Order: sequence, then C-alpha cells, then structure tokens
Amino acid sequence: MSHRSLTSLGVLAVMSLPAVLIAGQAQTTAAKPPATTPGAAKTASPAKTWTPPHTPWGDPDLQGVYNYATSTLMQRPRNVGDKQVLSEDEAAEVQEELAFALNRDRRDGGTQADANRAYNDFWMNPLRLKLTQDKRTSLIVDPPNGRMPPTVPATPEKQKERAVAAAMNARFNNGFMASYTDGDVGNRCIIRRRNEGGGHPYLPSIYNNVAQIFQSPGYVVIYAEMIHFSRIIPVDGRPHLSQDVKTWLGDPRGHWEGDTLVVETTNFRSDDSMGRPLGRTGVVWGGADPDTYKITERFTRVGPDQINYAVTMSDPHTWTQPITMLIPFNKTNDQIYEYGCQETNYDMYHWLSGARAREAKGEVFNPNAPGARAGGAEGGGGEQEER
Amino acid sequence: MRNRVMVVVATVSLVVGLWLTAMPAAAQAPAAGFPAYRAPRAADGHPDLNGIWQALTTANFDVQDHEARPGLHPELEGAYDAQHAGQGIVEGGAIPYRPEMLAKKKENFEKRAIANPPHGEEPPIGDPELKCWMPGVPRATYMPFPFQIVQTPDFILMTYEFNGTSRIIRMNWKEEAPVDSFMGWNRGHWEGETLVVDVTGFNDQTWFDRAGDFHSDALHVVERYTALSPYHLQYEATIEDPKVFTRPWKISLPLYRRVEKNVQVMEFKCVPFVEELLYGGLVKKAR
Repeated sequence: MSHRSLTSLGVLAVMSLPAVLIAGQAQTTAAKPPATTPGAAKTASPAKTWTPPHTPWGDPDLQGVYNYATSTLMQRPRNVGDKQVLSEDEAAEVQEELAFALNRDRRDGGTQADANRAYNDFWMNPLRLKLTQDKRTSLIVDPPNGRMPPTVPATPEKQKERAVAAAMNARFNNGFMASYTDGDVGNRCIIRRRNEGGGHPYLPSIYNNVAQIFQSPGYVVIYAEMIHFSRIIPVDGRPHLSQDVKTWLGDPRGHWEGDTLVVETTNFRSDDSMGRPLGRTGVVWGGADPDTYKITERFTRVGPDQINYAVTMSDPHTWTQPITMLIPFNKTNDQIYEYGCQETNYDMYHWLSGARAREAKGEVFNPNAPGARAGGAEGGGGEQEER
Repeated sequence: MRNRVMVVVATVSLVVGLWLTAMPAAAQAPAAGFPAYRAPRAADGHPDLNGIWQALTTANFDVQDHEARPGLHPELEGAYDAQHAGQGIVEGGAIPYRPEMLAKKKENFEKRAIANPPHGEEPPIGDPELKCWMPGVPRATYMPFPFQIVQTPDFILMTYEFNGTSRIIRMNWKEEAPVDSFMGWNRGHWEGETLVVDVTGFNDQTWFDRAGDFHSDALHVVERYTALSPYHLQYEATIEDPKVFTRPWKISLPLYRRVEKNVQVMEFKCVPFVEELLYGGLVKKAR
C-alpha cells in the first residue's frame, strides 16, 4: 500500500545515515540525529547533557520494561531509492496507510485473507503503527541500501534441507500436519521464532514485543514475555560454554564498551535435541547455518526512555556480507506477565487431530493441487512482509 | 549483637502482624548449627540474595517422608528411573488434607504418567512436570535444577533452569493478581533479614511433587528466604488452600549456593522430550 505515495515522492539525498547511527552506538552520548533531512530535524535525541544512569556497582543501567514494536520495515522499499529518512509529511502518510493495511477487520480480500486477518487489532500494539522516531525507511542500516545482501548459493545439502522445510511448510499451511515436527519452534512452544521478535535478534512483530531488563553484579538478564524466555547474560568476562553444549537460545556473553552493552552469542543447536532436523524456521535467524552464524548485539541507552538496539548478523554460508539493523527499545509502563505456551498448546492438538480427521474422510494432501499454499508464515505474524 | 536484636524485633512484629500466628517464630530461627548471620547488603540496604541456588532434597518425588520406589518402567530403565528415599520437608510430617481430598491425591499418583495433550475440553491428566509445564510454587524451588535470583530494589527475578520458567516478584506492590497463572502473582517485601514473597492468583494446574500432592485455585503461598551463611538460604513456605487442606501447613528446606567456577543456569527446554508422549497418538502413521 505504501508504494503509491512513496513513489510519488522525490528522492532526497542524505548523508550516510548508517555510519552516523552506528558510530553513535559506541559512544557514551546519545546517537547523533541524522543532520540533513527535514524529517530528522525533530529526532534529536534527549538533551546532550543527559548522562546514562549507572547501577550502584558501576555498570550502565539499562533496566526497565521495553517495547520494540515499530512499523518501520526491515528492508527499505525499492521504490524509495536510497532515501533513508522520511519527512514529517511522508511519515504521516505512511503511517496512515499502514493503519489501513493492518486493519484486520476489512473484508475486501476474500475468504483466505479473512482467515489470515484473524489476528486483528486486539493483538496489535499501537507502536506497531508508528515508524521509528527518526522516520527511517528501513531497520537495516547496513548494507547501506537498507536491504538484505545477496545470498551465498546454497550447497546441495542445504537445498535438500530447504526442500524438506518447504514440504513441512506446505503440510502445515494446508492443514495436513503429519507430525508435531511439522510445527516450527514457535508452534511447538520451544522458543519464539527468531523472526518474530521473541529472541535475538529482537525484531518487531505483530504482538508481544516486550521485554524486561534486570541487572545484578556480573549479569544482565533480558526476560522476553512470549514463551517466557529469560536470557541470562554474564558480563563478568567468563568464557563461553564448550562447543559440546549446543542450545536453543545460544550462549550469550556480554561486555561493556563505554556505556554500551555488547553481547555475543554462540553455541546454537542445529537439531531439535531429539536428533531431528529443525525444518521450518530453524533455530537461528534468517535460515542461517547455526555453526557459522554470528550475532553481535549492542544496547545503548540514549535517553531516559530509550535504548538503541543495534544488531549485526553474519554467516558466510548464507549471506555475502553482514547485516546490521537499528531498532529502538522504548520504555513502557506496561508490565510483563506470565506467558504459558506448552501448558495450553491447544493448537497442536487441533492441528494434528484436524489433519487425521480429514484423512479419515478420505482427503489426501496434494501439494501441487491448485489452491495449495506452498509456504509463508501463518496468521500469527512472521517477518514483516514487504509492502 | 545488634543483629540479633533486629532479628528478635522482626520476629515479634511478624507474629503480631501476620495471619501466620498459628505457626509462630520458627520462621526466623536459624537452622540447627547455624549462628546468627547478617547477609551482605545490596545497595538499597536489604540483604543481597543474588546468586545461583539449588535445593538438595528428594522432595520433588514426594514432599512427605518416602521410601525408595521403582521407576515407571523398571523393566527398561532399572535403577536409572528409580526414586530415592527421602525425609520429607513438611513440618509435622503430614499434609493436612481434607479427608475427601485424599482420593484425588491417590488418583493423581496412579495417573501421573498418563498424559493427555492440552485440549481445552477435558481436564489435564498426569504430572505437570512430566509434560514440561511450568512447575508452580513452591515446587520450582525444590526441583533438582538450579535457579538464579536477580535482585533489584523494585523487582526480583527468579529464573529456573526447568524449562526456563521465570517469575517476577514485584516489591511492595499493591495490585492484585490480574489473572490466574502457573507461577502465581508474586509480591514481595523485606522483613529484616528475610525476603517474604506472597504468592496468590494460582490456577489449579500445578502439583507439589510426583506423588500427586495437589492444590486448588485457592492456593496461597507465603515464602520466606533468609540467608544462613554466604552459601546457604533457609527457604520456608506456608501453604494455605481451604478447599483442599484443613489448615495452613509449612515446608522448610535449605538452598545451597552453587559455587563452581563459572557455574551458570543451563538450558533445559524439555518440550521436545515430551511431544511423542503428548501427541504421538495423533501423528500420521506410515502406510
């Protein structure tokens, strides 16, 4: 929907925003606002005199409940060229169009669209309708064009894995799950999908983009509500776990660079801990190879109510260059509540019993039949689609 | 000297102030052999309970006295799966069940390993632990897994290795439980050396142990965490549930600090281990 208006706008030349923003991360002061665009003029971070608070034991204090929802797309729409920041007017228009595009109470798309809109406004955080405060055109700040870099050609082995995953997706999307293993990590209540913001990288999703940060001497703990995920990050200089210990959430280690918390996470698992492949969404972001995937996160408090979260993912087996995104964590007065999942995973029962019931009636799943849905995420969200 | 006076004062005010009057001051007494101890202070002046802690008890098998028993499948698992004998953690020995509730406990035990998938239409069967559910309070404390206390002035996070279960203790919080939950609605305050956590808002879906000891949604737990030394906490919980028990009852056990170099709460995501048990009957059979 945003294509129309954005195409009609001229392309403004701007300075190299990514360099400016990332440089801001490593410094003790707030990130500098990008200087040359009208839209950026009001993004000035809090007064320059603001000094981040510290804990009694001297670590920068990042604590609080944060919401990292935003409507800014992960990738810059192609039709805006190299424009990095929108003007006030452009941003207002985009947000208005988003409100329409995300309105799930519409009935203009037919049956399938209706079903996909089951997650309506009730689920949606209002921040989901707002662009980042600096009105960027993409969360990706590097590559500088705001888009995912070219991928590395898949090995035959990887192509085979993807074919298996595509078959799982097709069964799932068409209501013919053969086994619980056709569910992805989120469906199975193991961890939240990486592309749904519940895990690192923390990416905006349709709902539940909240986490609370706790600190004690030697530790930072980030507790994401969805699928109750406490990520305990030692910041005491200890080494990583042995590579013999693979994990779902990875083994994080943090250190401070000035007032920035830098977290590196390793030891991701590549199976489901029962010796079976992780088909549909894998365990690390972007379908990367868990053994060579690297994620570095930088948390910098830039004001009383905001942390800048800059996250870099790389995997020489998957992408031709690293990807860096910049996402604001906005402090909220909301609370974190208990999120049960396995305990009440009625979905799994219904998906499986539904599929068996259809088979009992003689239905046979044909992935090549007209109308069969090949892939993509189900209604719960998934990575922000490009509009 | 001054410490001891403060403890006495705290104890007196406790006895006067709380509904616990039926079960007085043992709460503050150090376990046998421990001299009075004043914990190091956090920046806010309260005892610093940060750390990784673990119970060394067999209470997860049975909170009451119990002998060694075979596992569920001795023909397959021999001694691997067998249950250790143990001395109970219930003060006075027995849980004061209402007579009509004992049958339910017995049934729970007999059906502890018959797990049905979450359904929404029929009540769940089987031990919640077996199904990789959040274990509830106080069971999370004495499961054979460590947990970490992350203490701040306003919120204390307790995060457990078992399935990454966590609960946030809101300090001096007024708001009542907004909804029932597995780990309850946790509100804390300090009484001198002791962290007191008042837990309400439970659902009726968790158990106390593998022996089928259970509660209703009227459960109310008051926990007390008191440092006995740099390496020990005394843990006590008073359990009240008028629908199931004739009176409040109490458990107590020590928690031990995990002191190994670089020790960390590990990851125990148990869902993949229980999926076949829960959903195996719904999987498409090979032709």
